Amino acid sequence: MTVSILLFLPVVAALAVLLFKNEAAKHAALFFAVVEFAIALIFLGRFVPDASTQFGVDLPWIPVLGVYFNAGIDGISMVMVLLTTLLVPLIILTTYQHQYKNAPVFYALILFMQAGLLVVFTALDGFLFYVGWEAALIPIYFICALWGGENRIRITLKFFIYTFAGSLFMLVGIIYLYLQTPAKTYDLHEFYSLSLDAHHQSFVFWAFFLAFAIKMPVFPFHTWQPDTYTEAPSAGTMMLSGIMLKMGIYGVIRWLIPNAPLGFLNWQALAIILSIIGIVYASIIAFKQTDGKRLVAYSSIAHVGLIAAGIFSWNSLGLQGAMIQMLSHGINIVGMFFIWDIISRRLNTRDISQLGGIAKVAPQFAIVFLIIVLGTVALPLTNGFIGEFLLLNGIFHAQIWLSAIAGLTIIFGAVYMLRMYKNVMQGETNALTLTFTDIHGSEKLVLGIICILIIGIGVYPQPILHISAAAVDNLVRSVTIKIITAGKY
Amino acid sequence: MNTLILISIIPIVLLYLGLYKAKKALLPVSIIGLIVALGLAVAQWTTPDTAQPTFHGMLLFNNFSIAFSAITICSTILILLLSKGYFESISNHIAEYYAIILFSLAGIVVMVSYYNLTMLFIGIEIMSVSLYILAGIKKNDFASNEAALKYFLMGAFSTGFLLFGITLIYGASGSFNLEAIRNYAVTTPHLDPIFYTGIVLIIVGLCFKVGAAPFHFWTPDVYEGSPTLITAFMSTVVKTAGFAAFLRLFSACFSTVSDFWAPALVIIAIITLFIGNITALYQQSFKRMLAYSSISHAGYLLFAIVALGAGSANSILVYATAYSIASIIAFGALILVKQHSDSDSFESFNGLSARNPFLALVLTIAMLSLAGIPLTAGFIGKFYMFSGALTHYQGWLVIIAVINAIISIFYYFRVIIAMYFHTAERTEVVVPAYYKFVLGFSALVTIIIGIYPAFISKLI
Repeated sequence: MTVSILLFLPVVAALAVLLFKNEAAKHAALFFAVVEFAIALIFLGRFVPDASTQFGVDLPWIPVLGVYFNAGIDGISMVMVLLTTLLVPLIILTTYQHQYKNAPVFYALILFMQAGLLVVFTALDGFLFYVGWEAALIPIYFICALWGGENRIRITLKFFIYTFAGSLFMLVGIIYLYLQTPAKTYDLHEFYSLSLDAHHQSFVFWAFFLAFAIKMPVFPFHTWQPDTYTEAPSAGTMMLSGIMLKMGIYGVIRWLIPNAPLGFLNWQALAIILSIIGIVYASIIAFKQTDGKRLVAYSSIAHVGLIAAGIFSWNSLGLQGAMIQMLSHGINIVGMFFIWDIISRRLNTRDISQLGGIAKVAPQFAIVFLIIVLGTVALPLTNGFIGEFLLLNGIFHAQIWLSAIAGLTIIFGAVYMLRMYKNVMQGETNALTLTFTDIHGSEKLVLGIICILIIGIGVYPQPILHISAAAVDNLVRSVTIKIITAGKY
Repeated sequence: MNTLILISIIPIVLLYLGLYKAKKALLPVSIIGLIVALGLAVAQWTTPDTAQPTFHGMLLFNNFSIAFSAITICSTILILLLSKGYFESISNHIAEYYAIILFSLAGIVVMVSYYNLTMLFIGIEIMSVSLYILAGIKKNDFASNEAALKYFLMGAFSTGFLLFGITLIYGASGSFNLEAIRNYAVTTPHLDPIFYTGIVLIIVGLCFKVGAAPFHFWTPDVYEGSPTLITAFMSTVVKTAGFAAFLRLFSACFSTVSDFWAPALVIIAIITLFIGNITALYQQSFKRMLAYSSISHAGYLLFAIVALGAGSANSILVYATAYSIASIIAFGALILVKQHSDSDSFESFNGLSARNPFLALVLTIAMLSLAGIPLTAGFIGKFYMFSGALTHYQGWLVIIAVINAIISIFYYFRVIIAMYFHTAERTEVVVPAYYKFVLGFSALVTIIIGIYPAFISKLI
């Protein structure tokens, strides 16, 4: 059993969904997404949580160029695979009460994007990684541009050009590494065993960093993000924020730092500082937002900034925190955008100042919303807490002061999130919010699953931490060895 | 070598068919003839390459020539298939069209298989003279006449440069034969200054022919004024042949003095990229945009010559193939859209996804390929070019290329945006069966090369 099943099923599914008519396409897409999740669970069941790469596939693709279809799953990839395969069916389920025109195309694009994402998270070959990276970008461009809001055309083009620009620099970096390998191959492990000098590694660092910083996004490369999140259709926003930005974080862990440890060492301080500026900057802007979806978009920049800072601190604690926080952030942000999707669909507005008192008319909605808010603000016993705790711990080991500033994210987050909750849900019900009907059917199912996950992971995170622990330790150790042998410590 | 002879004979047959008014037979005869010629070429393929110069060292029909003949013949077949019904609508003398296009193709086969500078010159002239006529074939159309005259004057001018260069090379080395010139360049300790002057003049002449800046001024007007199918022929087949000829000369003769000409070509490549891309941004006409984009693609193709090495031929082959099939789709779609809106502006593509989803889809694939997005052939081409340039430590050249690739997104996506995100109250576009075949086939090839390039990745 190899990872190729996981990678090709969504492609087949995407083509199959195109054959269905509108309503049936929805069910077919959900069916395939659930099957994909079930397969991922089987992989998880067979997965041995040590540092090795498992379920590997290695086929010649363009052998004369040293390109192989080389993919596999280790502890870090396993978490990402789980994240992707778990969220895609949930995201499809959130669209159940929507009527998209050309629905088969819409769902085919989502499934195709899933294939691209899974390739990114499992690729062990530079070329394959790049192809997956772009294969995830094209569908989301069309999802946003075809089904998005009013200004979608201009904004999605900006988004596309931003990310495409970053990824082209990454391509240059990948080709550069390829040319340095003695065997002329794109194999990741060959890349790892290179020993370039610090100057050349800095070049590699920047080539990759630009791509990943734009994708996450890290300040000051974030300007595409709030607009795109706001204009994209809800499912697109969830795909972007829940899964796609993790491509950047994963890229840093797997491709940036291990490939250019000395370059990373040169620029580590800058990378951490940029991440932390992002946290504070995005939080302050989030205070000011009146559009709920936009507020959540900025909160996402802040949360991702913390994850990035944790990774750039580069120790096992921070990295483990990043792993579990990627999963938690994915779950929470999908829940949060779904909440705003429900509100805006029922009331035709996302303006917080027009809302209020929804809790009185929709008690179930109030409960799930509250749980998701608490997860997002990292209350103990919710999934957000364990991740942020580990991340701050990791940053603390690198730099105490930075950790203190980064810790502001929890306070800031609590302020803007709880204030948002208060303004939307509590207070007096007005003429508009009186019409709000409580959640039902598929909405209840999605939000129920999300709440169970938030509390479940919050109470007992150990199984998930256990998946990636060995792989993370191994990665950190091998990078440290590389740095020490280069005589930089 | 039979390929060349056959391609020279078919047009004569076609002219006789035209004389006896056998209009219906023209297209089948041309296509079947070309397919046979293609078969004859491929039959000469040998691994490893053992071809020897023939005709007293005039031609060398090796795997390089076979590969480039094959791609140019295939592109010509696709373009001729698109011409079904197109030439009838613009002129009465359709036999001449087919004949002249095939004469031009005969010149191109010479251009990709010459082994003597005189044959290079003869090949270029056969091709060019045919093209001057083709550009002006809409006799009563003002723009077409302008295009022909401009092309002729500029072409004649550049041929002068080329010929002068060849003479100077002859003066220094005493031979037209590529091998003799190479031996001269390798063995002589102090090369004659006129040898270098000759190289410069040849670069100028060939850059004119492939439309590289700053020798590109004829391209937009000629491409815009010529009948669309002829433009498609010029920007795909002719350009491919031009680069094949360019590469053969420089890798066979001048590779040892690359320190001298490589910097000049690097600058030409950079100027070409920027001029092509930035000017394309400001175009309102789709056809003119394609003309400028073809200039920028010439810039990428020059990378392979700048980074001269064993892989250069293959890079050019892959890139030219990807670029040619994508351009054929673009021009084919333009012809169809223009029939319905009588305009070649971007606006005439508005709402094409509703008017004809098939056409919108293939054109999207073509645009993505031209922009170099992965899973299309265009990406593989760009990938080769970037790798080649990086091998030669031209890091900053690649950075400039990356910036240009980003700029190109703007104008290629303009078409996609017009098709999918703008709406228009227009009638449906009908796609005839021939077009459906050519466009569908080209799109399929684009995707196949993009996903599994292994079969084309190490041909030559």
